[in-house]
Formats: sequence, structure tokens, C-alpha cells
Amino acid sequence: MKSFTTTALATLIAVGAVSAAQAEIRIGVSVAATGPAAFLGDPEAKTIEMLVEELNANGGINGEQVELIVYDDGADPNKARTFATRLVEDDEVVAIIGGSTTGTTMSIMDVAQEEGIPFISLAGAIAIIDPVREYVFKTPHTDRMACEKIFTDMQARGISKVGMISGTDGFGASMQAQCKDVAGNFGVEIVADETYGPQDADMTPQLTRIKNTDGVQALLNPGFGQGPAIVTRNVHQLGIEQPLYQSHGVASDGFIKLAGAEAAEGVRLPGTALLIAELLQEGDAQREVVQGYKAAYEAKYGESVSTFGGYAHDAFALMVDAIARAGSDDPAEIRNALEATAGLVGTTGTYTFSAQDHLGLDLSAFRMLEITNGGWSAVE
Amino acid sequence: MDGLMQFIFSGLTVGAVYALVALGFTIIYNASDVVNFSQGEFVMLGGMITVFTFEAGLPLPLAAVVAIAVTAGVGVALNKLAIEPARGAPVVSLIIITIGASILIRGASQLIFDKQLHRFPAFSGDEPLQVLGATILPQSLWVIGGALLVFVALWLFFTKTLTGKAVLATANNRLAAQLVGINTNYVMTLSFALSAAIGALAGVLVTPITLVGYDVGVGLALKGFAAAMLGGMGNPKGALVGGLLLGLCEALTAGFLSSQYKEAVAFVIILAVLFVMPQGLFGRKSTERV
Amino acid sequence: MNMQSKWTQIAILVALIVILPVFFPSGYYYRVGALIFVNALSVVGLVILIGFAGQISLGHAGFAGIGAFSCALLPVHFGLHPAIAVLVGALLSALIAGMIGRPILRLQGYYLAVATLGFGVLMSMVLTNERELTGGPDGMRVADLGLREVLRDMGLKLSGGEFWYAMCGLVLVIGVWVALNLYNSPTGRAMRALHGSEVAARTVGIDVASKKLQAFVISAIYASVAGSLLALQNGFITPDVAGFMHSIEMVTMTVLGGVGSILGAILGAAILTLLPQVLTVFAEYEQLVLGAVMILVMIFLPRGLLPSIAAKLRGRGE
Repeated sequence: MKSFTTTALATLIAVGAVSAAQAEIRIGVSVAATGPAAFLGDPEAKTIEMLVEELNANGGINGEQVELIVYDDGADPNKARTFATRLVEDDEVVAIIGGSTTGTTMSIMDVAQEEGIPFISLAGAIAIIDPVREYVFKTPHTDRMACEKIFTDMQARGISKVGMISGTDGFGASMQAQCKDVAGNFGVEIVADETYGPQDADMTPQLTRIKNTDGVQALLNPGFGQGPAIVTRNVHQLGIEQPLYQSHGVASDGFIKLAGAEAAEGVRLPGTALLIAELLQEGDAQREVVQGYKAAYEAKYGESVSTFGGYAHDAFALMVDAIARAGSDDPAEIRNALEATAGLVGTTGTYTFSAQDHLGLDLSAFRMLEITNGGWSAVE
Repeated sequence: MDGLMQFIFSGLTVGAVYALVALGFTIIYNASDVVNFSQGEFVMLGGMITVFTFEAGLPLPLAAVVAIAVTAGVGVALNKLAIEPARGAPVVSLIIITIGASILIRGASQLIFDKQLHRFPAFSGDEPLQVLGATILPQSLWVIGGALLVFVALWLFFTKTLTGKAVLATANNRLAAQLVGINTNYVMTLSFALSAAIGALAGVLVTPITLVGYDVGVGLALKGFAAAMLGGMGNPKGALVGGLLLGLCEALTAGFLSSQYKEAVAFVIILAVLFVMPQGLFGRKSTERV
Repeated sequence: MNMQSKWTQIAILVALIVILPVFFPSGYYYRVGALIFVNALSVVGLVILIGFAGQISLGHAGFAGIGAFSCALLPVHFGLHPAIAVLVGALLSALIAGMIGRPILRLQGYYLAVATLGFGVLMSMVLTNERELTGGPDGMRVADLGLREVLRDMGLKLSGGEFWYAMCGLVLVIGVWVALNLYNSPTGRAMRALHGSEVAARTVGIDVASKKLQAFVISAIYASVAGSLLALQNGFITPDVAGFMHSIEMVTMTVLGGVGSILGAILGAAILTLLPQVLTVFAEYEQLVLGAVMILVMIFLPRGLLPSIAAKLRGRGE
């Protein structure tokens, strides 16, 4: 957190004092704080609320306080569109952060783009930034990048035949499609392709089918919520020896607790630096940001940080940085400043936007992690 | 038929979960002709309260007892505050009331507890048992055993005890029941307490397998309701058979056909059964009173 | 609510729709208004099914899903104009309702509830699982209706919010007009007769099965058109529109406002649409309040808000 504030302060000084005649800067947020995607939206909302408090206590942006307006869209795209309209037309915000799921992002995106309000999405799908839309940015890695990271690791281990078991929720289904799409590029063949419902209690039938498929060398489970924890337990129950890969959708300490350390032993997944905050080397660029955020969040809320809260952290940092550099609360100028972001260090990675790239991360920001002895370790 | 045994074990585990929820529906329905759509929330409460009292330091069995008792209290409150005042309302109003109660309980739990998923340890460890070339978790046996036990208890209750018969009499004709000296208010209170307790017991038994969060109730209630209707609402035998059948259908479909449409198959079977047997498999026959 | 006053009811509705925008402080209110009209439209359909014919459905969101995805899919795959797609969607919903309606409507009470629920679940499952076609849970884009541009060329400039407010308001008025006409028609009377008692209705020579089916099909068309309007308005649609919770929401709106009353049902739609917007400051308590409202209205105003209040105003008490 400290380094983020110093970044903001540094930019502030660089830009110089701006006219103090402006009113408060209003930033709008619409996330799924309740409902089926609450484990995304809840830490996201908490993170941004915490950051705004800190920011305002430290003098705000260019001396102006930030007023935050948070709505809970419950992951319902229809509600998200209404709230986006409300943020733009009624609350007159200068920027929007939110869209915990791809569906809600798509809804907010249209409003933001039409009304010319910069919007940073917290959802994964590649369709959000490809094709690039003028006012739309995002902080999480795409699910396609997660697949690439996983397949890169598989390739290194000599794995070429994979059994997939995916959740039918938005996250799982989207990643399932992306992984099937890119598998060929890494010489990986998907030899089994099973699914389960988000509320399912037992996945042994699907896993038995995968187990009985010839030549399966590894399992891959795109999904979030309780599904991956149950899959991990079931894999252990069936005594499946092949390595299991999970997605970034379960990258939090809670997952190890739910799956049980014994069942989760050896599970690999692509995660962010946030999960291995304590293990980061002295020289690591992200070390300060990651440890600062983790310490502040855990002290304030008494629960462990998740990758998703990290996405919100980065989105807010990007937005504050852009507003500070723009030296104005004109949405178009904030957008221009946002697109000019270079080398901003977040918890997820280091962002550099351009007119062609509104995600600004590459695969290097993803770290392949392995669960060992009930904790996380980095795979070299 | 590779893996058949595993599919059956999975089906029985999941089916027993559905059956436990479905059994919870039967008592309230038998006493009042109300299908309580907040039954799933009782299951959730059973799991959540156990998690939080257990993490607060109570031994697991004691935490479970607390959870069941508290949930039974919630059931009684539901009856006193929402169902009794609306006596005689049409089916659709009762559906709205119990769905309203389910939304209310969910909203309260999200404030009182949290929005995270939780789990507590399985009663007899996590080491799977090897049976006939397939594996089953000891906790699954607890769930299946629990469903059977509740079924037998309910069956004895409704056929052998005076109170059980009083419950059935109340449902059949409230006025007549009062005339022969049955305290119908007591019967109603008792049935809500029992239904809620069975729901909470289900929550305690299944949480180590399915995990628990404040919003797991809807899905469970939906499946439990479907299972109860498949078997014939109000009949413990129907609830047990309906639940197990539903679970087996899903597991076998996932195992042999497609995991994508396993739930579809379950609902298609329900629709087909109802088309042929409009009262479910073991339902009571009834005629409309003019 | 006195149903004879057909034109009075329509006049009240039209007056409200026309006058309210005067008080709108920003474009956002047009959006909320349009949402209320869309919800009210499917609720008017349910008044015909639940209020007139006395049948319940916990799966009508399935028809909204058919309407919505017809608008999304037909223009892409068959090059149909979105307006035509609305009609095709409605026709498709009517056909499906007609097919499943006959066996389903033989069931009663909770058995009917679970069968309709099953239909709704199946519909939403197909839309969620057929990812190649529907985009799966992430949803898909919906083509623009194009009418706003036509109006602009004719010199009538409307913002997106204003256009959809007017459009949905217009369709709602038409829907209400049709429903009120049905109420007083022989078919409507027959439906209401079987609501009282099926056996009695049968003995006076009413073809009970076909009247129930007609109510089911008509209400399916309402839900389908409402789904289409929602899809076109949002320009984006996900299978949530066909979900169980959406079905429940529809029934709740219907019963809350007053199941036998069309204006009441619109009031119910308005309240439940506004509730989450009003409660944003207390978002944490939204579910708590919603649940309490549902229970309290059903206990204290069992006939729904509008009929109960109207009765009280006339001094007849409950």
C-alpha cells in the first residue's frame, strides 16, 4: 500500500498543483458483493472501500477527496446495466470500476463506452479487451493467459494428454473454451472433457470417466466456488495419481482449507504474487505493493487476501494514477491518461497500457504455484 | 460398465443428501399442506451454525446439537410469525411466504455469518473405503445412514405414535382434529420444529462433503422439493425413494452419457413421472372438494 | 379493483406513463421506468394465468428466455430483423407452451408448481449449456432494433433511455388493453369460473383443459415479448433471464400487487423493481427487507397491495 501511495504522491508532485476549485472526484463501483459471485465481489468492494479511506486520509488525489459510490449488482447483468446508467447519469461519476463477472462487465461496458466514461473491469474474459474499446480497460489476466501458463508448465513436464473437468458457471465455461482453443499450440491434447454444475456435491462419476480414459497424464479443473475444492477431494478419494491443475479462480488460502491440505498436496495453479507475498525476494518489483496490500487488508478485515481483491486494488491504483496525471476530472482526459499508463506496479503484475492493449499484462506476471505442506510455493 | 460401482456410490451419496432435504419437507406438509420452500435454509443454518460454534471452540458433537436446536427454534418462529397468521391463504401466497422467509433467512445469515464457504472435519476421517473396486468416503456412509434413520423414525412416528397420527389428522381436517381434542397449534409448532431439526441434521451431515455457505439453501431446496414431488409429497417413503432416485439418475447420466445434461435428465424423469402419475410415485390420491 | 372500468384503468396507466417523465431528474429514471414496464408486461401475463385461471407457474422465466434469445439468435443466424424475431420468439413460446401445457396443466397445486419449475430449469440449462450457440453463462450480444435511428431520421431525437421508456410503455399499454378485453370476454369468464372450482366449471359445460391451456399460452406470449424487450433494450443477454430466481420474481410481483388486478400487478412490478434501487445504501440489508416485505404483504394484505388498499378505501375493510 505504501508504495502505491508514494507513486500517487510522486505523480502528484510531478504534475504539480492543480486548481483546487474542483469538487470531489466521484468514482463509481458496481460489483457482485452478494449472490453467486460474492466471493469475487465481496473482497473487491472491501478492497476499494479500504483504499479510498486510506487515500482520503492521506489527502486524496491532487488535494481533492474521492467520493466512492458502490452498488451491489449481485452478478446480474441486467442490474449491472441499471447501476451503470445510474452511476453515469444520476451520480455523475467520472470513472467506473467493477463488473466482477464477464456478464456484468459486458453490460457496464456498453454504457461506459456510449457515455464516454473510463471503465476498468475486474472480469477475466478476453472479449472485454479484444477488440479494444476506447473507454474499456481491465486488470485480471485473461482466462486464455491462464490456460497458456498452465500448458507451458505441462509442456515442461512432458505432459501431452489432459483430462479436463470444468464448472458450468461463467468462469469455468469460458476458461474451458479458451483452454481447448489454445491447447494445440502447446502440443497438448484434451482427451477427456467433463463438466459439473456449480452446486454439485460429488464429481466422482466424471472423474472416474477421466480416470478410465487411456493415456491421461494430467487433470485440469477450470472453475471457482466450492466445485474445485470438491474435485480436489474427489481426485484424492479416487486415488488418481496424475497431477491436478486448478485455475486462478481458486487462488486463495481458503481453497487449501476447503480442499484439505492432504488432498490439495501437489496441486498446481497459475496465481499472482499475492499468494506468496512472504516468499517474494528482496529485489522483486511487486514485493512492496503486494506485502503492503496484504498486511492492510488482513489487518482491517481479519480474512486472508484473494487474487480478486488484488484485481480491485490494481484497478483503483490505475484509476487514481490516471486521474492524478490527467490533473483533471474530465472523463476523456482520465481515459487518455489511463491509456498512457506505463510501468504501474500492482499486485497482479506491472501494467503498461497502449492504444492496442487495454490489459497491459503479459504472462510473466503469472506465477506457477504449487501447494506443498498446506501452503503455497513457487514452481521455478 | 466400467466404473458402475463408483457411479452408484456417488448417486447414493448425492441421493441421500436430496432425500434428507426431501424428508424435511414431509412433516410440515403433512401437518399443514404447506410446502416450505425455506427448508433449504434450515440445511444451510445447520451447517453454518455448526461451523461457527465449532470454530469458536465447541466440540463438534456439541456444536451440531446447538445448531440443530437453534434451527428448530427458527422453524418454530417461522410458524408463529409467518405461517400461522396466514392460515387459509391460497397455495401461491404460501409459496411466496416461504420463499420470502428463505430470502430473509439468507439475508440474515449473510450479515450474521459471512459470505465465505466453510467446512468442518468429517466425523470418521477422510480416508476413503475400498468396496468392490470403488471408493466411498466414510462421511457418505454417515449421510446415507442418516437418511435411512430419519426415514425409519418418521415412518414410525406417523404410523405408530399418537402424536404422529394427530399430525396427519390435523392436515386432513383441522376442525375435526380440534373436535376430537387435538391441540392443533401444538401440532403445528411441533412439526415446524421437527422439520427444521431434520433440515439442520442434514446440514450437519453433508457439510463435510458439500461445503456450506450462506447461499447453498436454494439449490438444495430445489432438488429436495423435486425429489419429494417425484416420490409423492407427504410420504416419507416417497421422499427417500425420490431423493435416491434423483441422485442415482444424475450420477449414472454423468457416468455413462453426458455430465452436461445430468440435471436435465433428472428433471425430464420428474416431468415424465408426473405425466403418468400426477401424484408422484407414492402420493396420496385426492379429489377436489367442490 | 373493478374490472368493468376498462378505459379508466387504461387512462390511468397512460396518464402515469406520459406524466411521470416530467419529474425525472436524470436519464437514469427512464431506464428504471422501462424496466418496470418490461417486468409489468410479463406480470400482466401471469395475472391471466394465476389471477384469472387460478394456475401457478414457477417456470415462466423459461419463456422470457425464449423471447430474449430469439432476439439474440435469429438476426445472427437467419438474418431476421430483430422486430420480426420478437414475433417469431412469441410464436415459438406459444407453440412450446401449447405442447407442454396439456400434460402439465393436468397437475394441481404443488405438482403443477414442480412441473413448471422443471420446464424453467430445463430451458435455462439448455441456454447455459449450448455455449456454441448462446455464448453460455457469459451471454451474447443482441442486435439493435434500429427504430431509434429511423425516428431520428424523421426528426424525433430520443436518447436510448427515452426511446426504451416510450417503447416498453407502449407495449405495456397494448398488453394491458388485451388483458382487460380478455377479462370480460366469454373466454375470460370461463377462465375465472374454473378458478373458482374446476368441477363446478366442468358441470356447466366449460372445456376446462382447453381454457387452462389458453391462459398458459397467452401468459407465455407475454413473458416471451417481455424477454425480447429486455434483450433488445440491454443489447446483451445472459441465461440468467431464464433462471429460477427470475420466475420467482415474476410470481412475487404478481401476487404482491394483487393477483386478480392488472393495475395491482403493475404496482407489484414497480415496487419490486424499485426496491433494490432504493435500498442501494443498505445493500447489505436488501435481501432481509425483500423477504420481510414478501411475508408481511401476504399476511396483512392477502389479496395483494392494490385490491386490499382499494377495499379499505371503500370502507369495506378486509
